[in-house]
Amino acid sequence: MSDNELALMIAGMAVINLIIRWPVYLFADHVRFPPLIERALAFVPVTVLTAIIVPMIVMPGGGAPEINWRNPYLVAAIIAAAISWRWHKLMPTILIGMAVFFLMRWFVG
Amino acid sequence: MDTTPTTGQSAGSEALRGLIATLPMMISAFPFGLIFGALATSSGLSPLAVMSMSVFVFSGSAQFIAVILLGTGSALGVIWLATLILNLRHLLYAATLVDHVRHLNHVWRFGLAAWLTDETFAVMERRYRVEGGSPNAHWYYLASCLGMYINWAIWTYVGIYIGTRFEDIGNWGLEFAMVVTFIGIVMPALRSSPYWLAAITAGLVAVLANDLPYKLGLMLGAVCGIVLGLGLQEWQRRAKTVEAE
Repeated sequence: MSDNELALMIAGMAVINLIIRWPVYLFADHVRFPPLIERALAFVPVTVLTAIIVPMIVMPGGGAPEINWRNPYLVAAIIAAAISWRWHKLMPTILIGMAVFFLMRWFVG
Repeated sequence: MDTTPTTGQSAGSEALRGLIATLPMMISAFPFGLIFGALATSSGLSPLAVMSMSVFVFSGSAQFIAVILLGTGSALGVIWLATLILNLRHLLYAATLVDHVRHLNHVWRFGLAAWLTDETFAVMERRYRVEGGSPNAHWYYLASCLGMYINWAIWTYVGIYIGTRFEDIGNWGLEFAMVVTFIGIVMPALRSSPYWLAAITAGLVAVLANDLPYKLGLMLGAVCGIVLGLGLQEWQRRAKTVEAE
């Protein structure tokens, strides 16, 4: 791809991101969502974030699901989820989750 | 006369708290910036092009997909379509937060929209849910945006120059940082059975639909989760109303 095409690609991606993110705020004065939609939107964080990470956890190779204790992504994710569930603290969840993950990769994987 | 005590904090203290709340996300985003800088450079893009993507596009997942698609010789239209589909979730984020930015002027709204990411959304959704809004809450939001933005640019830059020396950096599993961060955001938000149902459905569908192109499985999973979670919640509300009568 030529430099010009590359610049066009980047500009296009930037514009597309704006087209997705901006209109709702831009027209905020005129847009009010019905109560049912507002209640639906409350489910956005848990659904979108979960849909991003679960495939990464159960199929880290991108192929078939690896549901067994030798999958460091799965084991560390379960431990991190338990810590987060019990204490609701973000930093310990991240640090312990990462520690378990890398220990497993060294010793098991 | 309004006698309710204004919980208004100064713009500066809101900004500081926003930055502190975003710090864990900035830490977990750094391996991504690093890997992106390294991967993009080693795939033959110039440092200028790589930095331009982080500065102008500012969307980690779309940037990764673009580099991968470039490597397979995909056409511009395909890359743009992938960007569109992959980032449609930001439309849901904006719709969720819009009540809290409606009173701001258009310059603010533009900035807060352009810099909206998964991480800042997670920070702000929680802030508004736990504390509600306040006169200077947008400074909290802006600080979160700028923290993520500058962090992303810095680590992309470092990735361009350092990451290339470790050619297998993409195989280290550094992306797990994002996984644990999102786990730490989702678990406390599972506050009733409809939310559990929504999350489990979203994860399950995303796995089953993982082979769909452009990460369409992500949106499909999210939509199925929202529909089932909302359905259960509405059914519970109705059951409660009937009981009360």
